[in-house]
Amino acid sequence: MAKFEPVLFARINKPDSTSLKTYMADGGYARIKEILSMAPVDVINVVKDAGLRGRGGAGFPCGLKWTFLPKDHPGPIYLCINADESEPGTFNNRILMEKDPHQLIEGIMIACHAIKSNNAYLYLRYEYGRSYRTLDAAIKECYAAGLLGKNIKGTGFNLDIVLHRGAGAYICGEETGLIESLEGKRAWPRIKPPFPAIEGLFRKPTIVNNVETLCCVTQILYRGKEWFQSIGVPPDPNNPRDPGSYGPKLYCVSGHVNKPCCVELPLGVTARELIEEHAGGVWKGRKAKAVVPGGISMGFFSEKEFDTKLDFAGPGKVGCLGLGTAAVVVIDDQTSMVDVLFNCCRFMSHESCGQCTPCREGTAWMTKILTRIRTGQGRLEDLDLLMEVAGSMGIIPGTTICGLSDGAAWPVKNAISKFRGDFEEYISSKRATVTSAQKLMEAH
Amino acid sequence: MTVLSEQLRERIRQEFPKYPNKRAVTLPALHMVHDAMRAVSTAAIEEIAELLELHPAEVHDTMSFYNFFKDEKHSLGKHRIWVCRSISCMLRGGEEVLEKVCNKFHVHPGQTSADGKVTLEFAECLGACEGAPCILVDDECHMDMNAESVAALIEKL
Repeated sequence: MAKFEPVLFARINKPDSTSLKTYMADGGYARIKEILSMAPVDVINVVKDAGLRGRGGAGFPCGLKWTFLPKDHPGPIYLCINADESEPGTFNNRILMEKDPHQLIEGIMIACHAIKSNNAYLYLRYEYGRSYRTLDAAIKECYAAGLLGKNIKGTGFNLDIVLHRGAGAYICGEETGLIESLEGKRAWPRIKPPFPAIEGLFRKPTIVNNVETLCCVTQILYRGKEWFQSIGVPPDPNNPRDPGSYGPKLYCVSGHVNKPCCVELPLGVTARELIEEHAGGVWKGRKAKAVVPGGISMGFFSEKEFDTKLDFAGPGKVGCLGLGTAAVVVIDDQTSMVDVLFNCCRFMSHESCGQCTPCREGTAWMTKILTRIRTGQGRLEDLDLLMEVAGSMGIIPGTTICGLSDGAAWPVKNAISKFRGDFEEYISSKRATVTSAQKLMEAH
Repeated sequence: MTVLSEQLRERIRQEFPKYPNKRAVTLPALHMVHDAMRAVSTAAIEEIAELLELHPAEVHDTMSFYNFFKDEKHSLGKHRIWVCRSISCMLRGGEEVLEKVCNKFHVHPGQTSADGKVTLEFAECLGACEGAPCILVDDECHMDMNAESVAALIEKL
């Protein structure tokens, strides 16, 4: 197979890649006037026909989402850019914003034209200080060059982009949590319907799109839907509901590998290929025991599942929640899954927004049970208790408003069903692995 | 006697045109006040509420949801160091880095050193996992930390 040439990441290692000048020298904004002169519905159709699915985690078809807006709405309609990237193991959007901000801004312009919005709010997690300064400078350059503001390039199209910084809360990555936070409230996700396309930000029709998704929009409009469909995995002919997994994807690889990295590849590579061919293999000459396929919310692959395709359908076939953010975290064979699962549960318990009782209490109790196991006080029946708690929380059993608790339950379900031996051995040995650093955190 | 300077008030007012209502300026206003005053006091909450035409309880409700903001009893030091404790950093020694910083300043996470120089926090995933373990100093990320490099970085603060 010919070596895949990166597209979304084509410019990130170039000198001065963040400036408007070099972006335009590489052909950026060259066709923006022409695109802004297209009928909005034609732009939507290009994106829809390309088969672009959202890159933020849920994989919802992007063009289809745009068509959910009410027809002939007098406005305002809002675009929110979800740059609250917080799923553990995920950093692809940060690189896109730090290294090539204009690719994103051009995608925002195209999306806003398609959905007839003149106001875009970019919700950026606070921790991304460098992204903030890079985007702020890039947006100012665009205003100065007439690429943002009133009557852009004489097309009559107006657009303002507001950078809005978060304050360190994972739940703001949930689209209605993000909207509540932007409105100045606690980020409690909303009950849906109404979906944001009908009633979103400031109670107006709103589209929320991920950073990588919008960068794909730029490339689709420049290279065409045929180009996009020439990459990735076509729909499964035996599954009429499968929209396929087209296009390039930014895969993050971290954890116990020699060279942690973010690499752009066609959708559908395997975890084994990522580890061996792109991340320099497992560190210290060890073997991998488990792999997180797409951020901790998605669960775990066991060793026999490493050849599963990382496309939108693949992880689900082996009992994971989905592709998620395609953030692969590698865990070596010297690590106990008890410690890994404890880390996942503690994260979810810290980040549960507290609105729904099954999630607030469930994440806290799962963390407590695992703490007890890790201090040598575990009982074998704790494993069934963990499975019972995990099975009772989330959108899937129908007990919570948003998917955070499905993402909290999944690593528990996968870890105990696929690595039960690790847990049983740990409990039987009555050993304790709580480190002094963890005790410091408990004291907080 | 007001706690927010006229300059700070003006910066908050300059945010108003960006949003269709003033409530949306809650987070930007909290950030500005928190950054300048190293805490958001009860008096500051009342003055922010007045500027945004909200009840102080509404501002407090939002502020307290985000662990990020400190009240006057827990004012920030000159710098804030966040040490990531999530999965990718944990797997590569993030907890040892945290321990090093705790010992250096004789503080637990959430506390400020006696000289007021540093407030230490643990962070959930900082989104820099290719450089795990990583830490954030104020809002600038530093990657590939270990006990030595974090000690060297702290010396320079």
